[in-house]
Amino acid sequence: MLHATELLGAEVRDAQGNFVGRVRELFIVPADHPGRVSRILLARGRYQPLVARYDQVASAEPGKIGLTVGEQALESFQANEAWLAVGKDLLDQQIIDVNGRKVVRVNDVNFDDRRTNGNVELRVFQVDAGFRGAARRLLQGILSPAAVRKLQQRLPATLLPWEYVNLIESDPMRRVKLRIGSDKLAQIHPAELADIVEELTPGERQSIIESLDKETAAETLAELDDRLQPEVVETLGTEKAGDILEEMDPDEAADLLAELPPETSQQLLEELPRDDAQEVKRLLQYDERSAGGMMTTEFVLVGEDAERDEVVGWIRGLDLNAEQLDTILLINKQAVLAGTVAVGRLLTATSGTQLASLRSDPVVFVAPNEKDKEVFELFDKYNLRTLAVVDANQRPLGVITVDDVIKHLRENG
Amino acid sequence: MSETPDMPDLSGWATRLAGWRSQRRHLWRRFALFLAVVGPGVITSNVDNDAGGISTYSVAGAQYGYALLWSLIPMTILLFVSEEMCARMGVVTGKGLSDLIREEFGFRTTFFLMVIGFLVDLGNVAAEFAGVAASMQIFGVNKYIAVPIAALAVWILVQRGTYRQVEGVFLVACTLYLSYVFSAVLAHPNWTEAVKATLVPHISFETEYLLMLTALVGTTIAPWQFFYLQAGFVEKKVRRKQYAQARLDVLIGSVSCMAIVFFIIVCCGATLYVSGHRNIADAAEAAQALRPLAGEWARKLFAFGLLNASLFAASILPLSTAHVVCEGLGFEAGLDQKFREAPVFYWLYTALIVIGGAIILIPGAPLLKILILSQVANGVWLPIVLIFMILLSNRADLMGDKANGPLFNAIAWVSSAIMIALTLILLYQAIVNPSSIGF
Repeated sequence: MLHATELLGAEVRDAQGNFVGRVRELFIVPADHPGRVSRILLARGRYQPLVARYDQVASAEPGKIGLTVGEQALESFQANEAWLAVGKDLLDQQIIDVNGRKVVRVNDVNFDDRRTNGNVELRVFQVDAGFRGAARRLLQGILSPAAVRKLQQRLPATLLPWEYVNLIESDPMRRVKLRIGSDKLAQIHPAELADIVEELTPGERQSIIESLDKETAAETLAELDDRLQPEVVETLGTEKAGDILEEMDPDEAADLLAELPPETSQQLLEELPRDDAQEVKRLLQYDERSAGGMMTTEFVLVGEDAERDEVVGWIRGLDLNAEQLDTILLINKQAVLAGTVAVGRLLTATSGTQLASLRSDPVVFVAPNEKDKEVFELFDKYNLRTLAVVDANQRPLGVITVDDVIKHLRENG
Repeated sequence: MSETPDMPDLSGWATRLAGWRSQRRHLWRRFALFLAVVGPGVITSNVDNDAGGISTYSVAGAQYGYALLWSLIPMTILLFVSEEMCARMGVVTGKGLSDLIREEFGFRTTFFLMVIGFLVDLGNVAAEFAGVAASMQIFGVNKYIAVPIAALAVWILVQRGTYRQVEGVFLVACTLYLSYVFSAVLAHPNWTEAVKATLVPHISFETEYLLMLTALVGTTIAPWQFFYLQAGFVEKKVRRKQYAQARLDVLIGSVSCMAIVFFIIVCCGATLYVSGHRNIADAAEAAQALRPLAGEWARKLFAFGLLNASLFAASILPLSTAHVVCEGLGFEAGLDQKFREAPVFYWLYTALIVIGGAIILIPGAPLLKILILSQVANGVWLPIVLIFMILLSNRADLMGDKANGPLFNAIAWVSSAIMIALTLILLYQAIVNPSSIGF
């Protein structure tokens, strides 16, 4: 194993053992290989810097690199945005630790040196974010490499495998060139991903959210700090923001739009499909601290005469977030709220049971203009998970779920 | 079965209502915009008037009356220019000062800067607790009781509170500086003369006078405040669009800080200088001397101001330092984190308070010397920090179109050169003739 600190500044000698220059930078070319050091930049004082290719490296050890060729075989250096510079882009910079779900700062980079047909390939396999790397950075060049190695080994290690490292790059073009994917980020829970991007700078935040798929972007955006949402949405541009907004639940979309300046929010509403836009607009009319402001308009509604199997089969065919489904609303022939059924009751009921007989007692509901305090009290009193919101004719408008209640309690309580 | 109930078509009036509601919210938000951003600038500048600062201002007023008041206006400009750089860097890059130093200058440079910064700040924390001890003595409380209680209170405040709560407490502390305004009023100064002395420069080349001037600048512009200020704006997530509000916050901070300095100098000038009590050593002595001249209330208010300032700085300094060091060296930091998530941060924070307080409790500890030494250390540290700040805020790749312009750069370099020259004078004096600064 070799460390970036041991290689940067190392002496480079050609096949005849003549001094060529010192290592200024190590480049990974993600388009060729995700972790291999493909190019080594050699500084030669006042002469033109040269570049050694990975297959021109004969040996690598702390402070010393040997080449398989002579100096004249090396290319001259031309800066390339698609090359990832270990010294400039990695050391001292922040990266996302996908496994640990946090942002860390790189102290050093560890390479695996593998011998393949006559030359040595260096491959990044770990990023050091702990005391060991720090000690090496501090002592390199002051003590001999062997002494540094011995000293740092006594320190606790904080090492991240390279495959769990996600680079932070604020330039979207360069992100593409460096092949920084977002599939690893998409595996992180949106709430955790939101925490991560909150820590980053505005530019980095923007470029990460833009790189996510619409669905993940929508979920992450909904979890983001209220103070940051408007900025992100405004920078995204109407079209892209509209696409992401479309993926959000109507109540979340309404919450987000309420944070934006009226012109922007109007423009975004126009980007949404008609039905979605109407739903969001309807939600926007309610005060934030009322039942209407807390509710979502996505809920499952069935007639009270329906039978158990019929309902289960129908729900199976719906495009809904099954994880969030815990209550079903019942209506009678006049479309008036007739009660609610807990999914647990539905699950345990026999096949022919009518839904009306599974109804929770009593039937609890609120008007949309009811104060949030009233809503909290109802949830507490009846141990609710979902509360129906109805209009003046007792027809269902939406539901408040327990997660909305907790969110509001934390924010306003 | 999936029948939807007939819903009245609400869309027409709903849009109208939504429009009206967001309009109202928008107006309210305009008003709230500034409030959301206010904090870091006002807090930082006020906390500048810490124990060391108040002592220096008292001595300046007692020794020279109103003769140094003119320096407050150029000092306000210096303070604003340097703080504005940090505010701008924080808002534009979204990164703290030590983050930026780390990313642009590497690990080794950062490590040494952090070590020096930590030691200098430790001296400052000790000085703040010396201020607590001195002011509580005026209220008849022994330092062996006052300092541990103060240290514990400060420690708990930050451990228990969220950033917003803590900031709220800090903002209230800022208003308590008004006690100096009342002290000054009770001292019945000649206001016309004071205002005239502020507007018309009084230049003298006496060594003592220059030294006093240097001390004034040195204590007013402390290096750690830049780190705190920038981190404050980053932690508040102030947006680029809100930069104008952030700058206003810094401006209000700089001006209000200097207004308090004005009242302290006027208070001491109107009483101690006029009556001939011109050789006082520190703020506590100034408070004692105030009693026969301006009454018991003036004395109490003055001592209360010192206590507030010391406590205030004692809670911010360890916090800021722990933040800066962790940021630079890559440890988790911030009040929004729990102890488990950011152990190094909380340990550093605790160590600063415990060690800083313990130094003051050593029997026979020379409180005044600790105060002066910490200010000399600040003076040496300041130019280094300033140079890093100017270099960073000039970088177009970091700052984009918000990098320093030529005019701003000229002001920044000249201001820094003045500050560096003044602090070097102070340092030279401290080495060549320690007795001139109280040793």
